[in-house]
Amino acid sequence: MKRAFLERLEAARQAKQPTVVATRLSDGAQALIVDGDVVAGDLAVTPAIADAAQTALRRDKSGTEDGVFLQIFNPPLRLIIVGAVHIAQVLAPMATLSGYGVTVIDPRGAWASAERFPDIAVIQDWPEEAMQSLAPDRRTAVVALTHDPKLDDPALAVALATDAFYVGALGSKKTAAARAVRLKDSGVSDGAIARIDGPIGMNIGAVSPAEIAVAILAKITLTLRGPKGG
Amino acid sequence: MSEIIDPLTQAKEWQDQGKKVALATVVETWGSSPRPPGSQLVVNEDAGFEGSVSGGCIEGAVVTEAMDVMETGVPKLMEFGVSDAMAWEVGLACGGTVKVFVEKLEA
Repeated sequence: MKRAFLERLEAARQAKQPTVVATRLSDGAQALIVDGDVVAGDLAVTPAIADAAQTALRRDKSGTEDGVFLQIFNPPLRLIIVGAVHIAQVLAPMATLSGYGVTVIDPRGAWASAERFPDIAVIQDWPEEAMQSLAPDRRTAVVALTHDPKLDDPALAVALATDAFYVGALGSKKTAAARAVRLKDSGVSDGAIARIDGPIGMNIGAVSPAEIAVAILAKITLTLRGPKGG
Repeated sequence: MSEIIDPLTQAKEWQDQGKKVALATVVETWGSSPRPPGSQLVVNEDAGFEGSVSGGCIEGAVVTEAMDVMETGVPKLMEFGVSDAMAWEVGLACGGTVKVFVEKLEA
């Protein structure tokens, strides 16, 4: 790989563009494919390779096609946390380490302070509006942790209308059942309500905020990857 | 709290410091192997490395090969696995097989 090629690759990743590095394994000839266009390198990209590159991006899986290795760089995963609560303080750095770009939403200034969330993007705004402007996509997970219906519910309603691959909400079975009734009354469909993971996370008997964060991150991972076979 | 250092970013930094650098990338796996295709390990001329291509079982052999590749500039495809009989064979404890492509980061 040439230095100029690497710099072009880094620029594409920083711009969050879907990117593929195609490498012919017999001699190391390479092509850089950004947003479907070949922008650098000395490898002639055949239509078959170009197709395989787009398929690999869609499946989020690097692999070899016809002796050419296709290394994919999809835009980063995102996690949107509603509620700058104690669990969020541990979940945010854990998710960052797991490769997520994390945003915390909470209109309450005392909670959503930079001191409580160093190096994490915090939005002090109403969750409904903030969620709309963040526009969750199929590489976004959303969790509602405030325990306060007037903050959680509108955010959940917005998130459920998007392609977010995971939507979870904190609360016991009883809380979840009451929330389902409220959301239905506000016009959210049964199918959408059924998408909510609640009680949130994998049942690992979590007690402390950090343990609950592990349970949530485990469930998000399971939803993203699916269980391993065999 | 910061993200784990990205191997490619690390490679660039090492080159900026005037060091020779090689990139190792998992390109194919069979059976159970700990790191999927696309996983990367970057190596500098002092045998410093960042990232991973396995759970730690073949990194040593890949680093050794990478030192050679950064001298010659000739890329190399390495294969590791239970049935591998080559001189630099290093068995994978998990019983899987993995192919690793090693290339020099040119100026």
